Order: sequence, then structure tokens, then C-alpha cells
Amino acid sequence: MPHAHSDHDDPHALLPSDPALRVKALETLLVQKGLIDPAALDEIIDTYENKIGPRNGARVVVKAWTDPGFRAALLEDATAVVADLGYYGRQGEHMVAVENTDELHNMGVCTLCSCYPWPLLGIPPGWYKSDAYRARAVREPRKVLAEFGVTLPEHRAVRVWDSTAEMRYLVIPQRPEGTEGMDEEALMGLVSRDSMIGTALAGTP
Amino acid sequence: MSRVHDMGGRFGDGPVVPEAGDVRFHADWHPRALALTLASGSLGQWNLDTSRHARERLSPKDYSRFFYYEKWMGGLATLLVDSGTVSRAELAGTVPPERSPLADRALKADQVAAVLAKGGPVDRPGTIAACFAPGDLVVARRFAENEKIDGGHTRLPSYAAGARGRILRLHGTHILPDAHAHGLGEAPEPLYAVAFAASQLWAHPEHPRDEVVLDMWQSYLTPAA
Repeated sequence: MPHAHSDHDDPHALLPSDPALRVKALETLLVQKGLIDPAALDEIIDTYENKIGPRNGARVVVKAWTDPGFRAALLEDATAVVADLGYYGRQGEHMVAVENTDELHNMGVCTLCSCYPWPLLGIPPGWYKSDAYRARAVREPRKVLAEFGVTLPEHRAVRVWDSTAEMRYLVIPQRPEGTEGMDEEALMGLVSRDSMIGTALAGTP
Repeated sequence: MSRVHDMGGRFGDGPVVPEAGDVRFHADWHPRALALTLASGSLGQWNLDTSRHARERLSPKDYSRFFYYEKWMGGLATLLVDSGTVSRAELAGTVPPERSPLADRALKADQVAAVLAKGGPVDRPGTIAACFAPGDLVVARRFAENEKIDGGHTRLPSYAAGARGRILRLHGTHILPDAHAHGLGEAPEPLYAVAFAASQLWAHPEHPRDEVVLDMWQSYLTPAA
């Protein structure tokens, strides 16, 4: 049977041990070799710091709350529907929207790495990438939810989606009561990043 | 046996610590490491699955002690050397860096938006018929290991290995990471969302109605007896 590469002599051990210096050393080397344009790095950082974030996902959620036709289409083929809104790209090539109800609470995790719907939610938060969340979300989601201050009714089932492939999951939180007259912008303010991962409920007005 | 990244269900990690909704990075070098990884990836010398496997091959000691983006840097160093893009001596700084023949492919700032927006879809035309339909009962492969390569890449977590589940939906036909990470082609297969009752996965399930859904390729599954 063929064997995966040797686990020894990891190349990173050739670089400085301080992580900030290691990144700097790699960047310097790749620039010297002509493989990296530092201006392109700046552009990538600007994209994920300032252009792509959870407001994209919140816009999708609020449309699902307020437009039954949009909601039905989103649940049927999220990839096409969110691409129509301009939300497509790296780590969002294959989208599924899952809707919370009185009977079912959905929650996303990636136990094997940190898969996350970047075009809709941006870069994942630190806790999403933490060992604790990756290890525990699948085994004891209710205890994890409690650490976020969320307690579900006893009868409500929890369905945890472990992103083991390139499917990316967007949780549609339940629309809070008392929000009937609110406009789209105000409703978006109730949709937190965590509520679209499933570790929070939508806010109340 | 599994590798250290396969941590679903593990005990002992302590509480999850929530953070404010607008936090993106926790140190200046984090976004730099992210950008360096994406820009290097655009040189086309490896794919998503080889890059995941490179991070997973970090030693358990390194994987556990590294910050998140440090794992990315560890993986990137491996990919650069394995693909011949950078030599070990260049990494170590014992020889002057040589200009790369790939330099004309370096990502430019004005190409970034288009490259990120284009993404890298992994669905392919279906050449293998789907064996399962929603509602079918299935059993996941007994070993959470690559079937062809000893110690190779797989996306079957060990906590679900051997467990009995039910097909929720067919996603389409997707590239098989177990092949793609090892230069064995795309080998696309039907991909399913499979629901497993918590009681199928854990000796002490939190709640009788809870379940975990995993995405699994057809070759990870057999019909339940």
C-alpha cells in the first residue's frame, strides 16, 4: 500500500519559531522569488477585513423572513439564490440554508478544520476555529449553547451540521416576535453572526 | 488510527469562549498569514485537498500548540517544499533565493477580487449513479482512514466511523478528497448529507432527539443490513 509522506523533518522547523517572524520570513522569501506581490496581500486582507462579513448573511436571512418566495427558493437552492445577490466565491461555492423552527434548532461546525461560508459570514471567529468548539459541538451542543447563553426548550431537537465536504451551511434563525413593522435595515440589526452559525438566536427589538 | 485534527467528540478541551461579532483577527500577522496562503495557492501548485492534508500532517505536538494561522504557515511551508516551489535550503536561508519560473503567475492586486469571487467549485458531471435516496439507512465505513493511502487524507471523522445513519439529501457529484489530495485525480462521487442520531455516535447522548449531519461520499457508505 502506498504511504503518505513522512511525518518527520517538517519544513516549518527551518523558519523562525516566533509565528509573527515566521510569517514575515516566508513573505520575504516568496517576494524575493517573485511569487508574491505584497500589494496583492494587502488587497486580500482589505477584502476580508472590510468588504466581506456577516452583513451579507444577515441580508439573506432578512429576505427569507420577509419574502416567502425568496425563502422557498433559498431552501431549495441556496447557491443560486445567494449568487443572484452577489454572494459567491471562495468557501461559498456550494451553499445550503437550514431553517430553525419551533421543532428544530440547527448549528454549524467543522470538526476536521474550520470550513465556514466566507462570502456570507466573512472570516470565522476565533471560537469557531477553537479545539473546544470543534471537539464539543457534535457531542454536547446544548452545553455549548449554554456557554453562549442559549437554552432551548426541552422538546426542540438540535441538528448539528459537521461541514466535512465543500457544502457550506447558513442557519436561518427564527424571526423574533414583535418585529412585524420593522424595515429591512432594522431587521438586519437583529441578525448576529452567531445566530447564522446557530450558537445564538436572533436578537429582540 | 486518526490524526490529531480529527477532534470531533474529544473530551477535555474546556469551555467555548464567545467573542464580539466584529472581531476578525487577533494579531497583525494573522491576516498576513491568511493572505500569504491564498496568494500562494493561486500559483496552482496544489489543491484544496493537498493543502488540508499538509496541515493535518503537522505533528500532534505542533498541531496542538500552534495558533490557528500558525498551522496554516506550517502547512504552507510543507506545500512549498513538496511542490518544489521553494527549496529547503531557501527556507532555511542557507542559499540566496532564486527567482522562480512561476513568477509570471504571481497574483497581482488587481486580480484579487476576481480570483476570490471565482472560487473553486468542486461539483462535477455525474458519472457514477447515486446508490442511495433520501430516507435510506446506511452505515459509514468502519475505519476513518484513506482506503488507498496508508495515513492519507480522508474527510470521514472517526466519531462517525461505523455508525448507522440515514440519507437526508443528495448534494450532487463532488470531487473525492481521498483521491484528490494524493494526485489520484478528482474521482468524483455522489455526495450525501447523512443524519446520525446522537445515540448512534455517543455512549451518553445529551438528548434523545438530537442528531449530527455529516457530508459523506458514496464510497464512505454501505447500505444498512
